[in-house]
Amino acid sequence: MTRISLTVDGARVADDVEPRMLLVQYLRERLGKTGTVIGCDTSNCGACTVHLDGESVKSCNVLAVQADGCEVTTIEGLAQDGELHPVQEAFRECHGLQCGFCTPGMVMQSVALLKENPQPSEEEIRLGLEGNLCRCTGYHNIVRAVQHAAGVSTGSTSEEQEQGVTA
Amino acid sequence: MTAVQEPAAEREIGRERRRKEDQRLITGRTRWTDNLALPGMLHLAMVRSPFAHAKIVSIDTTEAKNATNVVDVVTGADLGEAQGACINAWAITEDQVTPPHLPMPVDRVAFAGEVVAVVVARSAAEARDAAELVDVEYDELPAALDLKHAATDEVLAHPDLGTNKSAFWKFDSAEAGTGGDVDAAIEKARTDGIVIEREYRQQRLIPAFMEPRSVVVDPTGEQITVWSATQVPHILRFAIAATTGVPESKIRVIAPDVGGGFGGKLQQTPEEMIAFAVARRLGRPVKFTETRSESLMTAHHGRDQWQKLTMSAEKDGTVTGLKVELLADLGAYVAIVGGGVPVLGAFMFNSIYKFPAYQFNCQTVLTNKTWTDAYRGAGRPEATFAIERLMDELAAELGEDPIEVRRRNWIDADEFPFTTVAGLEYDSGDYEKATQRAMEMLGYDELRAEQKRRRESGDRVQLGIGVSTFTEMCGLAPSRVLGQLNYGAGGWEHASVRMLATGKVEVVTGASAHGQGHETAFSQIVADRLGVPFEDVEVLHGDTQVAPKGLDTYGSRSLVVGGEALVKAVDKVIDKARPLAAHLLEASADDLEYAGGRFGVRGTDQGITIQELATAAFAAHSYPEDMEPSLDADATYDPVNFNYPHGTHLCAVEVDTETGQVSMRKYACCDDIGNIINPLIVAGQVHGGLVQGIAQALWEEAVYDDAGTLVSGSFTDYLLPTAADTISFDIDHTTSPSLTNTLGTKGVGEAGTIASTPAVVNAVVDAVRHLGIDDITMPCTPERVWRAIQGVAGGGATEGAAMPHFDSSTGMEGTVDRTTGGAQ
Ligand code: FES
Ligand code: FES
Repeated sequence: MTRISLTVDGARVADDVEPRMLLVQYLRERLGKTGTVIGCDTSNCGACTVHLDGESVKSCNVLAVQADGCEVTTIEGLAQDGELHPVQEAFRECHGLQCGFCTPGMVMQSVALLKENPQPSEEEIRLGLEGNLCRCTGYHNIVRAVQHAAGVSTGSTSEEQEQGVTA
Repeated sequence: MTAVQEPAAEREIGRERRRKEDQRLITGRTRWTDNLALPGMLHLAMVRSPFAHAKIVSIDTTEAKNATNVVDVVTGADLGEAQGACINAWAITEDQVTPPHLPMPVDRVAFAGEVVAVVVARSAAEARDAAELVDVEYDELPAALDLKHAATDEVLAHPDLGTNKSAFWKFDSAEAGTGGDVDAAIEKARTDGIVIEREYRQQRLIPAFMEPRSVVVDPTGEQITVWSATQVPHILRFAIAATTGVPESKIRVIAPDVGGGFGGKLQQTPEEMIAFAVARRLGRPVKFTETRSESLMTAHHGRDQWQKLTMSAEKDGTVTGLKVELLADLGAYVAIVGGGVPVLGAFMFNSIYKFPAYQFNCQTVLTNKTWTDAYRGAGRPEATFAIERLMDELAAELGEDPIEVRRRNWIDADEFPFTTVAGLEYDSGDYEKATQRAMEMLGYDELRAEQKRRRESGDRVQLGIGVSTFTEMCGLAPSRVLGQLNYGAGGWEHASVRMLATGKVEVVTGASAHGQGHETAFSQIVADRLGVPFEDVEVLHGDTQVAPKGLDTYGSRSLVVGGEALVKAVDKVIDKARPLAAHLLEASADDLEYAGGRFGVRGTDQGITIQELATAAFAAHSYPEDMEPSLDADATYDPVNFNYPHGTHLCAVEVDTETGQVSMRKYACCDDIGNIINPLIVAGQVHGGLVQGIAQALWEEAVYDDAGTLVSGSFTDYLLPTAADTISFDIDHTTSPSLTNTLGTKGVGEAGTIASTPAVVNAVVDAVRHLGIDDITMPCTPERVWRAIQGVAGGGATEGAAMPHFDSSTGMEGTVDRTTGGAQ
């Protein structure tokens, strides 16, 4: 067992952990931060994405002991004082989620992407999200959500058509 | 009592409501099954067979039992009958050969990944560690792997059965009286018409929902509670009760937040049964959550057919007959729907066309691979692929535009209702209108002109345009039809509406959502119909104790069947409220009119709202003598017919003739799904469906090696598309309301997946057809396209993973993947 202390979503925590424990397991099993989820065992899906000292990481690919002394932000710590983060808001606004399982990772990765590149092109968004899998949305509305959060007018013909639907 | 109510708000139906369910999902306040922890809960790890087919000689659990914090190690023999069985709900023929399917077999394993023992420990990590210590001695048997070879019965998947052939199912239009004799039509065309004969491969796919399956069973308390990442809590409860002898009333199944399904969670799984048995045995709560490798290897797969097709036509391209001969791979067991999947496609090969003669033959075959069952579209994507590929081949044979040939054969808008050669009655549609719209969106004529220029100049990058016009039958299903097909259950759905004392409305549905947005769409329906605010409606589902009756979510049925049950229940509430309103308003019930959630006395400003009546019914201080003091109502709706969404999907791809690389340039589709409740949710369903269908065309394939081991058993090797692989889509709708339900809606959950696969493959073939190519096997990987261009027909077989695009050097391996290293 190794002693670690870190800040998670603004709260200071300290625990004895097995050296092999992954950060995602520590978050879920020890801290009850079940908003962050596990979708694979090969670091491909990105469902477990969190911020470690402000950088996005796949928390299944980081050992809990590596987070010692760091600041971790999960999907649960993104909204501030009851106000959704603009990226969370954009995912809802643009219907960027269906089952929502990929969403914690998608949102965290999108926040990091926009921090690095506040005005990304569609291509840059698609490449920036390449490490996060979604089986439900076909990515179309996830891309729209990131554009929306960036304040880019989506200007998509399809969106206009969708709104023109008569029911 | 209010005198006058606010004027009715904007109609909810048709509105782009943002989803109610999103708030918790975007903030991480989710309840996935794996999030649950109960006091004293134990964790399970499965010991799985590394062999596709082997006798279990012995299982030594001693060492594992002695490992730290291990509570028990259990085998199939230990559980005996308590483990129940996995059921097949649909014997497609009376004499279907169905191998018994124990959750944990005792003497023989029939596919790689099958569970042979389970370790129970205080932590998941300790259970997994100890699973490595279970020593299983196997005696390997020859495995039936290749589908065509298995159909010869040379090697048997289950030696005791004496055959791999499970069932042969046939439909013939001449015998059924719905059309002519197909063999005669083909014979005639051989002399004075056109005969197109093709064989297509529907590769095996993996549903690959993002949330791995997880199950928690708590045997404490009067009811045994099962939380499971399932699409079908009601069906699961039935199956557990029916096979373990535990009364149904003692079992409560809850599907909490469920992370995708696509048919992949429409199953009664061995893991659920094992968890149930172990929890009962130990009297303690247990949890099992699969790893991704386990999920890909053992959760049921989809598709996997060979399709032999013969189409006859007049010289002018009028189709005269279609004959279909299918071989369908069931895998090692007949799953819950099992052979019913290809049968669901049987009525759809004739699609939107007026074929005079049709015959469908399907042989289902057992092999030593993972079992197959429903995957988004279930039978209908396979049918649509076959017919839409053939229509393009017919067009090529005639040297005509593929849309022209379709137009000559499709049902015209003024011909509805139309009874097809497969015996279904299509209620509504307008194929011309949807096609025109899709052509406009794609810029069809300009792209055809560009294609011509590129061909003429011999451009290295060639352009292909793919057409797919489709229809499907959805809204499963009229119970009588299911009865005729020998399916084990009905196809109705149930709903109740509970008017709470505060005026809020609880709506209970037997459908069970896992991403479809029922909470939002159903709230819209109830808000409109009942005339209450959208925000005042709460939709409850997915718990057999809260929603005691239901048949769950699959086959694009939730809205068209479940939504209709809701409408019926709401109407009953209004009917029940009327005498109470009359009583309280001291008016005659006949003088009341109901609008905007309020009963008004005609010609006066007197009235009372339904929400006020709910409070009055709760208090029950004053109500008519012949009435019970409640407005709540239930309804069970059994559909009278399927419904038939349709659409035209067009796709333009660029093919680099030097590398075989396919890039999608544009995708446009116009779907007619009848009336739309929420356009935003519909768009999401279409987008997601498109990518799954496109993925079958270009990327995904479950590949086995010669020993029967799944090679594509991780996300490193099974190529799920990423945001970078896909494009944005142009989607639109025409509207021919369905005439088979009051909302005029049609299913949309599977449309994109059904239509897109042939659109993409047709585009790829179209790009290189002038090079003498008329087929490329799916997935159309760069290697296959390149080989086809080099003159190797069909692009050859897949070696190893279909097209791994993740770097395997970066990944960790699966934690209890017993297929590797478990063979010693
Ligand atoms: S869980 Fe899939 S990348 Fe971390
Ligand atoms: S919303 Fe279901 S996986 Fe992305």
